Amino acid sequence: MAFEGLTERLQNAISGLRKKGKVTDADLRETMREIRLALLEADVNFDVVKDFIKTVRDRATGTKVLEGLNPAQQIVKIVDEELTKMMGEEAVPLNKSPKIPTIIMMSGLQGAGKTTTVGKLALKLKNEEKARPLLIAADIYRPAAIDQLQKLGSDMDIPVFSLGTDVDPREIVRQGLAQAAENHNDYVFIDTAGRLQIDEELMNELADIKDIAKPDEILLVIDAMTGQNAVQTAEGFDQRLDVTGVVLTKLDGDTRGGAALSIRAVTGKPIKFVGQGEKMTDLDVFYPDRMSSRILGMGDMLTLIEKA
Amino acid sequence: EKTRKSFGERLNAFFAKFRSVDEDFFEDLEDTLIQADVGYETAMQIADELRSEVKLKNAKNKNDIKQVIIDKLISIYDAAGNGEDISMHFAKEGPTVIMFVGVNGVGKTTTIGKMAALYKSQGKKVLLAAADTFRAGATQQLQEWGRRDGVEVVAGPDRADPASVVFDGVQTAIRGNYDVLFVDTAGRLQNNVNLMQELEKMKRIITREIPDAPHEVLIVLDGTTGQNALQQAKLFKDSTDVSGIVLTKLDGTAKGGIVLAIRNEMHLPVKWVGLGEQAADLRPFSPADFVQGLFKGLVD
Ligand SMILES: Nc1nc2c(ncn2[C@@H]2O[C@H](COP(=O)(O)OP(=O)(O)OP(=O)(O)O)[C@@H](O)[C@H]2O)c(=O)[nH]1
Ligand SMILES: Nc1nc2c(ncn2[C@@H]2O[C@H](COP(=O)(O)OP(=O)(O)OP(=O)(O)O)[C@@H](O)[C@H]2O)c(=O)[nH]1
Ligand SMILES: [Mg+2]
Ligand SMILES: [Mg+2]
Repeated sequence: MAFEGLTERLQNAISGLRKKGKVTDADLRETMREIRLALLEADVNFDVVKDFIKTVRDRATGTKVLEGLNPAQQIVKIVDEELTKMMGEEAVPLNKSPKIPTIIMMSGLQGAGKTTTVGKLALKLKNEEKARPLLIAADIYRPAAIDQLQKLGSDMDIPVFSLGTDVDPREIVRQGLAQAAENHNDYVFIDTAGRLQIDEELMNELADIKDIAKPDEILLVIDAMTGQNAVQTAEGFDQRLDVTGVVLTKLDGDTRGGAALSIRAVTGKPIKFVGQGEKMTDLDVFYPDRMSSRILGMGDMLTLIEKA
Repeated sequence: EKTRKSFGERLNAFFAKFRSVDEDFFEDLEDTLIQADVGYETAMQIADELRSEVKLKNAKNKNDIKQVIIDKLISIYDAAGNGEDISMHFAKEGPTVIMFVGVNGVGKTTTIGKMAALYKSQGKKVLLAAADTFRAGATQQLQEWGRRDGVEVVAGPDRADPASVVFDGVQTAIRGNYDVLFVDTAGRLQNNVNLMQELEKMKRIITREIPDAPHEVLIVLDGTTGQNALQQAKLFKDSTDVSGIVLTKLDGTAKGGIVLAIRNEMHLPVKWVGLGEQAADLRPFSPADFVQGLFKGLVD
């Protein structure tokens, strides 16, 4: 039951009708119900599902029967195409400043994976571009947040700027940027504390850091296992900070990751990277089409369609 | 704008146009439950039980209806846990061992920090074991909580075998006559077979040293998690025989509705909830408060 893929669902829903080679209104209604269910079980936001179903229904209604594809396959194909479209057609790279340093600021709820992602991105840039990043430790709240960043930095031989936990994060960022200028670092990462999007005081702090640092990239880090609340979170951070990109973490799990679709739908901001593990090398570029198949749970169906 | 209304706002809107409890009512109810992460099947099940609730048909105004729904949700929750023991279990003599498990970043270490403060304030002698030797800064994080709480922490070297830290922790707890030992473990995703086996091994070592331990294995679930939490509860229960749930981050906008589904399917009780990042932000779970929380924002 739970996590049954859309493929199986649709096969069940339309199994009797395959020979007809034609989709009736009743078939379509049943099919849309199954799609809705599959998306909800994948944690796609309720309102987003509604809009999406409408789009798919409109398209499916006008679709001619394709040679060689049964109705279930055709509808899955439409769903997949629409999902991929919605998720952004291709991967979007990290913003880069014309002159150094490129400044990247992190944001997100507690425990989403911000600090880990700072480490992963810094290592990626170091390996791929021989970059010389500086990591600024601006989380003064979480116990040992600075130790965590320092450990990651020292393991990768990447410098970390910190003023301990007694200095205001705004001041830490100011001084960190000054140090980056002095040392000609080409990238600066600002690791910030996790916070709720409804926490006025801490959201003000983030907005201030944004004003001070004028980041080229403000990344919103979101846990791929997030449920219906992903929309509120993404909206909250985006409205306040106007984020420039999203990182979806913990995709190495068995979650369907419907949050990806919700975030994309409400913010319109590109998902740039996905976290696929705890190691510093476990970061991948985001591929909308793969994410779409994952949400639907339908790897096999796509191969089927391609062969048809 | 019709979209992105909060749970409460939706219900308010429904009540505003309320005339009688008809099929639309139940469909709206299903929708609102789904939006609280209760999950499709559980939402349907709850709505069906409410469909056959006579009191609802006789309800005269929206406050009546609200109360009937809340009472019913609580009784559904309670019924699923019939005969279940939601108390914390303590050793008859010698140290009580409480082990924490869960996926990455849900709040295991923080909950230990909170619970250690609580038990210490009750006069218990508390020890923490830093068996997350994997994540950068994990040991220091627990040590910082130890310092705040004024309790001892057993730790090993970076990248030490976590089982060896567990062993040291249990030995120290026995020899030092501690009342409670908290074992902090590294976050791991439930589909990672090797790491789940590592966790089983830690648990086995505890039992080998103290036969009736661990007295509690608490799975920590992030209140913002969607349907995957069910999978987490299942697989962690399989590997470590989880005895209860801690539901964290309920101070945010998420409702944690998935625990209703977990309760229904697996009969695992929520024992504690996390409501913030400070030591005092831990509460025993109350079904009434939880269900009220689902309806937060409703007019009274
Ligand atoms: N499996 C897996 N774990 C991850 C991934 N990204 C981060 N983590 C883990 O998630 C947990 C939280 O990560 P952090 O980087 O500390 O998260 P954070 O957002 O900085 O947390 P706060 O600073 O407390 O808000 C850690 O255990 C990380 O190892 C990922 O892609 N996959
Ligand atoms: N708002 C809020 N934040 C919480 C709560 N519980 C924990 N946190 C925060 O969530 C983040 C992760 O908490 P941890 O205790 O490090 O989580 P963990 O499960 O030990 O993480 P790993 O060991 O990396 O798997 C930290 O920033 C905590 O301060 C809670 O109830 N409410
Ligand atoms: Mg962090
Ligand atoms: Mg921890």
